[in-house]
Amino acid sequence: MSPSSLALPATDNVTGHRLDFLLVTDMVEPGSRVLDVGCGDGALLSLLRERKNVDGRGIEISREGVNACLAKGLPVIQGDADTDLADYPDDAFDYVILSQTIQATRQPRVVLEHLLRIGRRAIVSFPNFGHWRVRVDLALKGRMPVTENLPYSWYDTPNIHFCTIRDFVELCREVGAQMEKAVALNAGGRPMQVSLPWWVWNLLGDQGVFLLKRR
Amino acid sequence: MRFGADEPLIMDSGVALAPWQIAYQTYGTLNAGRSNAVLICHALTGDQHVANDNPVTGKPGWWLTMVGPGKPVDTNRFFVICANVIGGCMGTTGPASTDPATSQPYALNFPVVTIRDMVRAQAALIDKLGIETLFCVLGGSMGGMQVLQWAASYSHRVFAALPIATAARHSAQNIAFHEVGRQAVMADPDWRGGRYLLEGTRPSKGLAVARMGAHITYLSEMALHRKFGRNFQDRSAPTFSFDADFQIESYLRYQGISFVERFDANSYLYVTRAMDYFDLAAEHGGSLAKVFKGSATRFCVISFTSDWLFPTSDSRAIVHALNAAAASVGFVEVESDKGHDAFLLDEPAMFAAASGFIDAAARVRGIA
Repeated sequence: MSPSSLALPATDNVTGHRLDFLLVTDMVEPGSRVLDVGCGDGALLSLLRERKNVDGRGIEISREGVNACLAKGLPVIQGDADTDLADYPDDAFDYVILSQTIQATRQPRVVLEHLLRIGRRAIVSFPNFGHWRVRVDLALKGRMPVTENLPYSWYDTPNIHFCTIRDFVELCREVGAQMEKAVALNAGGRPMQVSLPWWVWNLLGDQGVFLLKRR
Repeated sequence: MRFGADEPLIMDSGVALAPWQIAYQTYGTLNAGRSNAVLICHALTGDQHVANDNPVTGKPGWWLTMVGPGKPVDTNRFFVICANVIGGCMGTTGPASTDPATSQPYALNFPVVTIRDMVRAQAALIDKLGIETLFCVLGGSMGGMQVLQWAASYSHRVFAALPIATAARHSAQNIAFHEVGRQAVMADPDWRGGRYLLEGTRPSKGLAVARMGAHITYLSEMALHRKFGRNFQDRSAPTFSFDADFQIESYLRYQGISFVERFDANSYLYVTRAMDYFDLAAEHGGSLAKVFKGSATRFCVISFTSDWLFPTSDSRAIVHALNAAAASVGFVEVESDKGHDAFLLDEPAMFAAASGFIDAAARVRGIA
């Protein structure tokens, strides 16, 4: 469940950092304690350490990812969001981040509830299955969508629980999460205008990034 | 290193052991800042000869895959120390040593040893070597128990800790295996109530059986099947006898016989007992998280998928406690079919994790 489920993530031309990572970094207060669930090779944690001086921890399912993190001096444990979050105490972190991972969990709702329990805030980003290209694939071709950002066929995808931005907003409501910030990124990885209505985000947003708080 | 009558080792049993000595090996050079010392803790039947030929067996050091020039524990960068545990039989004071009170071997008069006693003895050695803080303490199995005890007892003296294939307490199943081994030793008539050195006998049969039983627990069903299957030993059919028809029988017999040549039977009783008594959380009201509260040590925990003696769940319990204590911890479960012994073998994924962790810690510590 690493961020590599995105084929070609949009990056900043100057620094080479992924735009969604930069957006998440902006949401985090300096010096805070952060847990990145599904942290991959530790790129986001490194960025957070470098820019926000966070005390960062990670969970990653792949051994290769964990080893890459250890080599960067990041304390990351090999584990699974679906089974291991239960072992963390309440309020252990200021932020728990779930970046491009929720769609690959078996129980997204349970995972989200754990994020809100373990962290004072949760940051969740995910690919928007409501994007118009996805809808076109399904509606006109009658096939499960395979796009640049979602390159897997239905039978070998790690992404088993897709949702749209509107679906996710509904889930937040159900688990009692308060949305402090919500941003949709377009295909270029740039934030869309805040003034646009939800249905536009849901149609044109490539990814959703949410800063959540327990109500 | 010798400690005189005025420098007793105060042990958990209440005994003040004096005089006593600890045998050790070092590799590499201590830097001017004394910041590059690495302590290796050996397992049950290991010794201080981690990266040099063993003077007793003539075999290469027991962890050459991990320790040496260019290895994860790089002796070109680090000053590496490995000491024989208290209660052992490779030069450190143990039950085969002479009791100054009687001028005879201690035998069962030697005080029962704990993992904490082993670590106290190592700390006394480190003091004598003029080292305040160890850059890293690492070890597998019983060595990993010592790593955890170091982090618990001397957290301010341990910059990084790497416990491998270990547990914060010995399980009932593992105590059971140890008890079978000890009973095998004590059932040998040549054990003589522990006084075999005085009476000129050796409980070789009992100790060999103990080792055969234990050796099975270090492997895995898959590894045994892959290595031996049901293959016959130098024959094509069963002999209808109790000879070693199968390769696995022959292998275990060899393991037993070669072990008794290098290991003292009473030491085996004492050191297995030390592992049985190990329960780090017990010192802190049963809470392992409390043990590590406020620890500034960086941890990396490694386990192996096929290790059923110290299964991954034992390592996860350590990781969960460290997380609950807000300590810095990494964890990798290495896929291997080689069982508990995997930590001693060629496991590239273990080396990759260990090197990455050690190198990153060395950068933070400012070790060239």
